[in-house]
Order: sequence, then C-alpha cells, then structure tokens
Amino acid sequence: MAIAKRQFDAIVVGAGGSGMRAALELAQANLRVAVLSKVFPTRSHTVAAQGGVSASLGNDEPDNWHWHMYDTVKGSDYLGDQDAIEFMCRKAVEVVVELEHFGMPFDRLDNGKIYQRPFGGHTSNYGERPVKRACAAADRTGHAMLHTLYQRNVRAHTQFFVEWMALDLIRNQQGDVLGVVALEMETGEVMILQAKATLLATGGAGRIYSASTNAFINTGDGLGMAARAGIPLEDMEFWQFHPTGVAGAGVLITEGVRGEGGFLLNKNGERFMERYAPTVKDLASRDVVSRAMATEIKEGRGAGKDGDYILLKLDHLGAETIDKRLPGIREIAKKFANVDPVTDPIPVVPTCHYQMGGVPTNYSGQVVVPDGSGGEKPVKGLYAAGECACVSVHGANRLGTNSLLDLLVFGKASGETIIADLKADVQSQQELPADAADLPLARLARLDSATSGETVAQVGADMRRSMQLHCGVFRFPDSLGDGVRNMLEIAQRVQHTYIKDKSKVFNTARIEALELDNLVETAMATIISANARTESRGAHDRSDHPDRDDVNWLKHTLWNKEGNRLEYKAVKLKPLTVEGFEPKPRVY
Amino acid sequence: MRFSIYRYNPDTDSKPRMQDYDIPLEPTDRMLLDALVRIKEHDDTFSFRRSCREGVCGSDAMNVNGKNRLACITKVTEVKEPIVIRPLPGLPIIRDLIVDMSQFFKQYHSIKPYVQNDDPPPERERLQSPDDREELNGLYECILCACCSTACPSFWWNPDKFVGPAGLLWAYRFIADTRDDKINDRLDNLEDPYRLFRCHSIMNCADVCPKNLNPTAAINKIRDLMVKRAI
Repeated sequence: MAIAKRQFDAIVVGAGGSGMRAALELAQANLRVAVLSKVFPTRSHTVAAQGGVSASLGNDEPDNWHWHMYDTVKGSDYLGDQDAIEFMCRKAVEVVVELEHFGMPFDRLDNGKIYQRPFGGHTSNYGERPVKRACAAADRTGHAMLHTLYQRNVRAHTQFFVEWMALDLIRNQQGDVLGVVALEMETGEVMILQAKATLLATGGAGRIYSASTNAFINTGDGLGMAARAGIPLEDMEFWQFHPTGVAGAGVLITEGVRGEGGFLLNKNGERFMERYAPTVKDLASRDVVSRAMATEIKEGRGAGKDGDYILLKLDHLGAETIDKRLPGIREIAKKFANVDPVTDPIPVVPTCHYQMGGVPTNYSGQVVVPDGSGGEKPVKGLYAAGECACVSVHGANRLGTNSLLDLLVFGKASGETIIADLKADVQSQQELPADAADLPLARLARLDSATSGETVAQVGADMRRSMQLHCGVFRFPDSLGDGVRNMLEIAQRVQHTYIKDKSKVFNTARIEALELDNLVETAMATIISANARTESRGAHDRSDHPDRDDVNWLKHTLWNKEGNRLEYKAVKLKPLTVEGFEPKPRVY
Repeated sequence: MRFSIYRYNPDTDSKPRMQDYDIPLEPTDRMLLDALVRIKEHDDTFSFRRSCREGVCGSDAMNVNGKNRLACITKVTEVKEPIVIRPLPGLPIIRDLIVDMSQFFKQYHSIKPYVQNDDPPPERERLQSPDDREELNGLYECILCACCSTACPSFWWNPDKFVGPAGLLWAYRFIADTRDDKINDRLDNLEDPYRLFRCHSIMNCADVCPKNLNPTAAINKIRDLMVKRAI
C-alpha cells in the first residue's frame, strides 16, 4: 500500500507545555516544524495543572537556585540526576520570566512582581521552613501557561496537525529515528512524516490506574512508540500519587490549597501531618503526605461512613482568599464533591497523578540508550521532553510545581538542541527503510480484520484495576507478583481485542484501541520494574523492604520491551558546577 | 437512563438520525460524560470528543436538551430524561457529536491572541499592579469550548464575518492587559460593520458559558472604548 509522505525539518509529537515550548523555539528559528496533537493544543493536559510553576525569583522573600536544587534532589529521594537538576533550577528564573513576557497572566504582588506561594517540599535554606517559590495564576496556572504558549505559537506561525495521532517511530537499521507514522483522525488516513529530528512530548500515562487525576488522552503514546522501537523506558516503577484527589472522582485539588494554609484532618479532627513531618507538616513532599494519609486510612482513622478518605480543611482561609487564590478549587469541590470549601472540608484520597519515569534523555533533550560498554549514547534523530521523558530531574518523587518548570526548561532546551544538531548535520534526509510503516499498518490491519474478541473497554478496565490493586501507594511482594502475572496475561489479551466500528471518519473506537497498546506497554514497564526493585525509595514503597538501600539500588532502572529485560544505570551524583548533595536520610 | 442522541457517520449513513439508548448507569456515573462513556462501552461506533473530564480543556461541549454545555461538569441528575444530545449548533458536522471548529478558531486567531509590546522586554518580569491584573479576571479563564459562539444567532448567520463572543472576549483580554501596547490596532481590527457590531446583546453567550464568563460585558467594554476613541 502506498502511503502519503511529507518531509519536515522537525516533528514534535504532542502539543502540551513541553511540545509547544519546543515548537516555539523551532518555529522562531524558521525551521519547518510539524506539531502533531491528538487534541486541539489548548486541550492538552498541561491545561489541568493548578498550583504553580517553581522558580527562585525571590519576589516575596529570599530564595536562590541552590536551595531549589537541594529541595529537588532531596524530593527525588536522591534518585534524580544532579547535573539535570542543577540545569533546571538555574534556568527556572529565565524561563518563567520569558513566559511572563509571552503574556502569561500571573497573579501579582503589591510591588507588581509575580505572586509566589509555598508548595510541598520547597524550603528556605536547605530544609529550614517552607518558602514561597511557586509562581501562580490563581489555581489555573497550567491553563494560563498552555494558552499563553499556544498563543505565542500562533504568533510564530507554527504548523499544527490537530487531531493527528502518531502511531509509531520510524527507525532504520543503524538505529536512527527518521520520523513517525501518523493517523489523521478526521479522515482515517495514514501518513509518513519524515524529519531529521523527532521530539516526543506526549505527556504521561496516568490512565494505567483506575483512580487517576489524568485526562483520557494521557495514554503514554510516546512511551509505547519508544518501547516498540526498541528504546528502553527508565524508572517506570515511580508513579506519584497526589495526596489530594477528590474521593471517588479522582479530580485534582491543588497542593496550593495547603500552600495557602489549608491542612489535612483525620476522622478525629487531628492534624495528623504533625506526627509524620514535624517541620513542614502538610507541606512535606507528596510521597510522604500520600503515605501518611494511606496509613491513617489503613489504621482506621479515615473519615466518612466507610472510613476511606481524609478531610482537606480550608474554610479558615475565608471566602475572600479562596475566591481570589483558589477559585477553581471551589468550583471543583462543589461540582465533584458536593461541598463548598468555604464552609466544609473536601473529602480527598491519594490519586495517581504523575509519572516520574519515561523515555531516557540527557539534559539537552536527546534520547539516550546504553552504548554497550557501560556508558550511553544519543539515538540520532530522537528527542523527548516533559512528562514522557526521564531526564531525570524528579527521580523517585517529583516536587509540586517542578513539572511545569520541567516543561519549560526541557521544552526549550530540546528545541535549542534540535536547532544545533540540524545545523551541524549537513546531510540530506536519509532514505526511509522499505518497512517504514509496516508495524503501524499491521496494527491497524489487525483491528480492521478482527471479527470477534474482547472489547477495548474490558481489557482496559482489567489493566487499570490490576495496576490499582497491585502497584499503588503501598506495594507488597506477593501482590506485585500477582500484578506481573496479570499484566503478562493482559499483554496477550490486548492483541486480540475487537472493535465493531470499522469506518474511517473520526473513528474513536480505533483511537482507543491504539491507545490501549501504549497503556499496556507502560503498565508492563511499571509492574516489571516495581517488582524488581527491592527497596523503598520516594514513591516506591515496599512492605518487605521498608528502607532505602543506597548500596544496591542507587541506580536507574531501564526496562526493555523485548523479553521484559531489565538493566540499570548509575545516578549522576555530580552536578555541573557545584558540589553534589550526598544521599542522607530524608526527613521533613 | 434514557438518551436520544444525534448520530451521523458520513462513511456509513446517508443522512443523520436520532438514536435512542436506554442504558443502566453505575453509581459512579455522576456526570453526563460518564454516561456517554458508558454508552460507548455498549456501542463503540458512537463518537464524541473528551479529555480532562473536569471542565478545563473544553473538548466535550455539546447541546444537551437544547442548551450548550460541557458534558463533564453536567450532573446526570440535573438534566431531564430522555436526555436529547446534539452537536453544537451551527458548525459543520464531521461525525456524531464531533463538529468542525475551524471557523471558530479562525475567528479566535483573527484577533491576534497574544500580548504585543514593542518595548524590548526588561531583564525581569514586566511589572503589573494587582488591580491591573484583576482586569484580566473573567477573561483569561476561557477554555475555547465554543458553547458561547455556537449559541449566538449572530455567529450562526455570519460565522465568517462576525468574530463571535469567544473571540471578542479574548480580544478584550488583550486590550485590558496593561502589558499590551496595541490597543488602537486592536480596535481598528474590530472597527467594521460585522466583526464586533453584529453583536446584538442577546446574551446567549453569558447564559451558556460553563465557566460563568460574560462575553457580552467584554463586548460592551470594547464598544465603549471605540466610542471614547471617536470623541
């Protein structure tokens, strides 16, 4: 079958924060860039980020990037790569100020500077007390940022392919990436998009769990594409459970609520975080708070008739502060929890929120793989940024507001790297391999020809239930084993799904089936990696190995799809210009 | 729960039809979007857009019992059965509840939706007082769902010439921003019998906005500025 083909200088897969920040860099350099997105750009999941973006602006009190770096390293439970963390924290002020110049409607202090609020794990003077570092636009920071970046791309005449789903990477025999095969949703047509540079900016895959703050579109498409192309996935056992998802609904309630002075209560009305994190209490990092909440519930101190949630109290902030700083939260609480936080606490539970792992990259945004002799080498033509990438700046646990920062810093950096790499590469585009589109066409052909089988909804629901049950906040060895067995079975079942709809035009059943392939790759990487890591670090907490084990496990996991093979690589403990932070016990 | 839903697939249908569904809901299916997802489990040929499921991405705008709404923040208990669901009115239909929004976005793009300022940016942030920043509230929160523009008769008649309530709300968002120095150009861009002045203050836009924004108020402020500029 002959497939239409188009050539570009660069392809960006995904139009969330990192994809659009990179695209802006590329479009402004007058490169021919194609940005593919499953949804209109402002519908990408960056839009749902609430509380803020971190930068040590020091607008309201003293702050500096060294403190930010320390907090991020400590927050990562020392699994973060310190070269990348230094890079990110030093760049923070520049990229946030730039965003303001782009038109971002940040809230303001009386002196006209950007408003900043405290956030979990961000401290002054290496852990002394909470610091105001989160730059915020009310509780709609992600929405404001995503729209601003889209608007700036409109100005730069960036070419968007809206409602196109990338299916698979094109990789030649040398392992170079030459572009993607993609599906135009409106027509159902498949096209090859060829470029010297392909940036994965596809976001996370929080939809592998039943209880998730994530949007329907967060299906790990970049992870699935990378895995199928033989690229390992890094640190996939580390998933962040956000302490405050609305009980039963999963919808996010920002940590900014606690940043503004809200706190958590158990059924006895006790402010229990004082016991778990005596210094910063409710503003400890998310893994710590989520575990504390899960422990309270497990030990019978949960609120509600089934004792299965925790209360988030903020009425003492007063209606005026809530309406000014947390208006979206009030809306969400009324809609999804049937409570008005001006008078009543919000029922919350830890909810899957963020994927710390992803496609391995260096801090320039190049995707890197083991070189066979203990080091690593870039994959020519492939880059990744944002939640789908593992730089790794978040290590075993991400700090709130560091994700929006990650998008800006590494979106921009990967754009700059692509520009430099394209300039250095004077060769014309490489010839496409004859089998360039075989894999995605075979995936589509299977769906078209299947006349019976399980539904995509059924297999997807079983996957989510299994991950929720076996790979949640607390992890148990036997249960992880069951989880592995379930996923091996589900990986078989997903190859035999059936869709009734065989039509071309905007066939969302087909899209959901293709997405499930990617979710299953992600879930498999997660459960296999989690089962193997016999320690507790950051968001990965094992009952049989309750302590962090730096002797054996201060290393990154690399999962390979082929044979579910695991390998490991060293954590970069040496920053770029300053002394590194040695691993030490983590208390808040 | 009983539904009557607009169905049209250009690949398989010669003309559109209304399809009835009677689907048992789970106790966790609290929003209309949950119900639509449940229907799709039974009938995977039913297509609609959705993403964030919390009212911030703007994907799942549709016409529910005659009113434009977001399915994800509409409780199933607040709409009368049988729930009649149609695509947003006035836009070309691609399939089922999925409409072609090109014209809507074209109008949005036409107002130059980005801050323009000829002064070189300072080393740090441009300063803005809290009061000046407050002028942007009720404007920047727009999610581009198109509930308003597709509820506006003026937009139905002249989607190619009238910017529409969403685009005009955004136009005022940039006019109101103290960091933007192109107010005159922006007003020039709207000084035309259609682009702004087709608004007849019917206020359907404000009535349907799922974010409780008021495009009519923004449009009136632009008119005031035009009048002020003329005298």
